[in-house]
Amino acid sequence: MNLLQNFNKAFESKARLGIMSVLMVNDEVSFNMLKEILALTDGNLATHLRALEEANYITFRKEFIGRKPSTIYSVTDEGKQAFNDHLNELEKFIKGT
Amino acid sequence: MNEHLEQLKEIRSIMERSSKFLSLSGLSGISAGICALAGAWYAHNKIHIEGLYHLFDPKVRSEIVPFLLLDALVVLITALASGIFFTVRKTRKQGLSVWTSTSKRLLTSMFVPLIAGGIFCLGLLYNGFFWLCFPATLVFYGIALVNASKYTVHDTFYLGISEIILGIIALFLAQWNLWFWAVGFGVLHIIYGIVVYFRYETK
Repeated sequence: MNLLQNFNKAFESKARLGIMSVLMVNDEVSFNMLKEILALTDGNLATHLRALEEANYITFRKEFIGRKPSTIYSVTDEGKQAFNDHLNELEKFIKGT
Repeated sequence: MNEHLEQLKEIRSIMERSSKFLSLSGLSGISAGICALAGAWYAHNKIHIEGLYHLFDPKVRSEIVPFLLLDALVVLITALASGIFFTVRKTRKQGLSVWTSTSKRLLTSMFVPLIAGGIFCLGLLYNGFFWLCFPATLVFYGIALVNASKYTVHDTFYLGISEIILGIIALFLAQWNLWFWAVGFGVLHIIYGIVVYFRYETK
């Protein structure tokens, strides 16, 4: 069971895994797009985004699309590394049992 | 263990869903189809009224080729313009931006075979194989759709396969070229548009 300890705490929730999954295959994704793909509420999504941001796994910038402000997120190198490590751990765990 | 397998499945499904451009409007397909049918109908009338049906005759060909090229160009431009209009309108309604990495990938994967096909057809024209342009445009367009279907709704794959099959049949039935062309670019687009519209946009 000590394998479990290797799992990254930042990816504990389904929502955070979802956010990372989207950002791994898309260079840049807007807040609204994430909301639509993951079917989360504004508040919920914002909380998880902040957590990932504090872990330095994602960055964001503000932009205007027409007159509407939009926040665009992307994954950092550190985030990519952490997510890949997490996937490897998952794989190891599944193979190991 | 099951929980982790679920996690992996979820990750894969999200990655797949989010790397596709799903805002393609069904109305775009319908409008493009109508433009193509109008263009084919106009060409059909002109060819019949003026008795220029024998495309293999070089004299006739020098008159009809520029006309058909212009006709096809007008169809292409109006179909593209109306297609872009409905898709942009749909993304606006969804509050998304049109110009994303997924839409760029969709366009790149589509335009590589399309540009190759366009140049190929110019080569056919240059060498005097005018009638071969009808099957060739259908086949190359079908390949472009099959290629692009990885980045959008899966129905696009079937539209592409149908265009390829139609183009290949047209290759063997040269006298029906304009009809095949009208079915491929007109009727199939309209069917595709209706299917996409009712499957994804009326919910």
